[in-house]
Amino acid sequence: MDARLERILPRVQKPARYVGGEYHQIIKDKAEVDLRMAFCFPDVYEIGMSNIGMRILYDVINRMPGVWCERVFAPWGDMDAEMRKAGIPLYALESGDPVSEFDVLGFSVGYEMAYPAVLNMLDLAGIPLRSADRPDLTPLVFAGGTSCCNPEPMAPFFDLMVVGEGEEVDCELLELFRQAQKEGWSKTRFLEAAAQIQGIYVPAFYEPEYNADGTIRDVRTTHGAPERVTKRIIEDLDACPFPTHPIVPSTEIVHDRVNVELFRGCIRGCRFCQAGYVYRPVRPRKPETLIRQGIEALKSTGYQEATLLSLSSSDYRPLSELCDGMLDYCEPRSISLSLPSLRADNFSMDIMSRLQKVRKGGLTFAPEAGTQRLRDAINKNVTEEDLLNSCRVAFEGGWNGVKLYFMLGLPTETDEDVLGIAELANRVLHCWRQYAKFKNRGVRITVSTSCFVPKPHSPFQWEAQVTMAEYQRKVNLLRENIRARNVTYNWHDPDTSFVEAVLSRGDRRIADVIEHVWRHGGNLEAWGDYFSFERWMNAFRDCGVDPDFYACRERGEDERMPWEVIDMGVTRRHLRHERDQAYKAVLSPDCRKQCTACGALKLMTKGGCCDA
Amino acid sequence: MPEKLRMRFSKTGRAIWLSHLDLMRTMQRAFLRADYPLKYSEGFNPHAQISILLPLSVGVSSVCELMDFQLREDVDLAALPERLTAVMPEGIVIHEAYPMENKAKFLKWLRVTARLEYDDRPLDEMAAALTEFYARDSIVITRKTKRGEGQSDIVPAIQTLQVSAGERQVDLEAVISAQEPTLNPDHLIAALRQLQPELAPDFAAFTRQEVYFENGEVFR
Repeated sequence: MDARLERILPRVQKPARYVGGEYHQIIKDKAEVDLRMAFCFPDVYEIGMSNIGMRILYDVINRMPGVWCERVFAPWGDMDAEMRKAGIPLYALESGDPVSEFDVLGFSVGYEMAYPAVLNMLDLAGIPLRSADRPDLTPLVFAGGTSCCNPEPMAPFFDLMVVGEGEEVDCELLELFRQAQKEGWSKTRFLEAAAQIQGIYVPAFYEPEYNADGTIRDVRTTHGAPERVTKRIIEDLDACPFPTHPIVPSTEIVHDRVNVELFRGCIRGCRFCQAGYVYRPVRPRKPETLIRQGIEALKSTGYQEATLLSLSSSDYRPLSELCDGMLDYCEPRSISLSLPSLRADNFSMDIMSRLQKVRKGGLTFAPEAGTQRLRDAINKNVTEEDLLNSCRVAFEGGWNGVKLYFMLGLPTETDEDVLGIAELANRVLHCWRQYAKFKNRGVRITVSTSCFVPKPHSPFQWEAQVTMAEYQRKVNLLRENIRARNVTYNWHDPDTSFVEAVLSRGDRRIADVIEHVWRHGGNLEAWGDYFSFERWMNAFRDCGVDPDFYACRERGEDERMPWEVIDMGVTRRHLRHERDQAYKAVLSPDCRKQCTACGALKLMTKGGCCDA
Repeated sequence: MPEKLRMRFSKTGRAIWLSHLDLMRTMQRAFLRADYPLKYSEGFNPHAQISILLPLSVGVSSVCELMDFQLREDVDLAALPERLTAVMPEGIVIHEAYPMENKAKFLKWLRVTARLEYDDRPLDEMAAALTEFYARDSIVITRKTKRGEGQSDIVPAIQTLQVSAGERQVDLEAVISAQEPTLNPDHLIAALRQLQPELAPDFAAFTRQEVYFENGEVFR
């Protein structure tokens, strides 16, 4: 170990985050490696190691002969300061080698608030922030992850961005890079070739032109890059590798358990939900595949907990079969199974009670809106009856806490909808009084609201976010109307949502703001410890950017969106139609009832079909 | 009914940064990976019946850690060290496993070594001054306790202590009291910082080398 590192570790919080050496980490013989990749996650170890995408890609990339992919996480502030003071550059956990010595840096960027941390990590590695300031082929700095569905705010920093699922395209990219290195290509030549691979966006080859009002007139494409970059998907998940020997962190992380990924995509089409649109089409794994992978991972890790992951687990057709298969293995071994993202219906409650035989803590539901009208408008296919039935089953079964999540500021929302949240909470309380098995324990009903952030590639991508003042007014209205002693109301501050709204629908002019924020001390912005609203507002002002233009402006019907260089499968026409339906408060059938020809099916080029 | 067992292991290299809780969790998972059935407590929240004799501070290396455990069935103890080491994170090596005979309370002395680094002070002078310092009749330090600050003399807790100048560092070796009273090796450095700061090293790294009974025999 670096002697300088040995000296600073005793002084920082949770030093085990910074040393690697965990069980199942992948160590390769450098003599047999000709391409070294640093997989960079712009958040701390506990968050990054909980990310299933990172686990999958670490496994897939390290299966490539001659390629060694190592992990790099963002240091917490104390470690960051100690590293800078001691002159220790950002290093990879497996080898301890400085990231600047690697051939390729791949950032996994799942959420917009991580943008300043990307810049901080590059700086700590001693690598110039902007692609234009890195003339050589090496190191190549690229990004992947959900935030790349609007690549524009980070466009000047990355050499390229990977859109969609990375299992195949990352490997194709690395093979091309290896060829470029062997044959001594220039960076431009490599990027030109990379831009021809489906799913790869090279920001430098796209030049936006603006109208006088600040909207985008057109985007000029150069170097033979395609007009639009279409996201990549894995058509057959059963045939695709999944990490059954994942790293077992020695120190505690957020999601410290075995992950089983049931399916990708979602049949529901909730109109506020970006994930519901950008991960289409729906592709499941077979239950026998999942049971085999789950058991293998439990055996190889010694974890005593597994979780069945997806966007909406109740929609996995063979869910019963899967649960039975997993329980057969888990029950005799006291391994617990968790099933997040369940819908509030009877079938799900039945599954729930089978899984949670012993511990009965709280249940969480996300009705999202307080009235049926607004739930219909956002296409959240949950009725009050469903919700109250689920609560009844839960209370009868001995649960004594329910958390209810809502958003304020949804399109078409009125004060009646806001007050509906308080009424719904009261009805849940009434349900408890009527049906609770253990009334003497009391009940805890928690209502949480956050401020809605319109996201690219969702039907609400054209919408204005409500102003912070308006959100606060709604919060106050709700607060005054939640009176029951057993109901607690928590609300998130709107300032992070406002910044998130700017970043998520931003264009290239936002890049300067991000850099400004980082230069003035911004870093891990998803953490309350770091986030400073004032710092963001100063950056907008100094960079001459009006944040309201991005957050609070309704886009014109035909306005060209910065993210329309990216084709996520679902057509603009479909999104538009869903938005129109929202204003009529008309539900769309879920994909299983009736295909609405959203467009995502075209991504199945090998003849697969959407399993909606 | 299988008996109570004990194993001796090392915690060195990257593993020294694991906390005691991290280590306990790591041990439980490793036993599951190696398919050794640890005995669990009864009740709603079962936990494995394992206990580490002298919990180790984060950042300290050891080649003489002892852990007591129980299994639900008899296993070949000779094969255990290799099988368990194979499923451990880097830096944890199991040396032997055997039926527990000696109660933990009979563990009295601990031999530690330390690497003291001085960046710009002459090592031989430091070594000489340190020898003199630790030869005092009493070394009273202030330590933080649960009830605020307390004064204590560390000399009665030191059985032997040698200091010598090495190539790049000053080497310290001491036999100190592990229990009743417990002398944290770090207190040897704290004493310097408090009483003679000019002798305090720029960095000190400790390694636990061996544990003994009251009479000086190796404890197992």
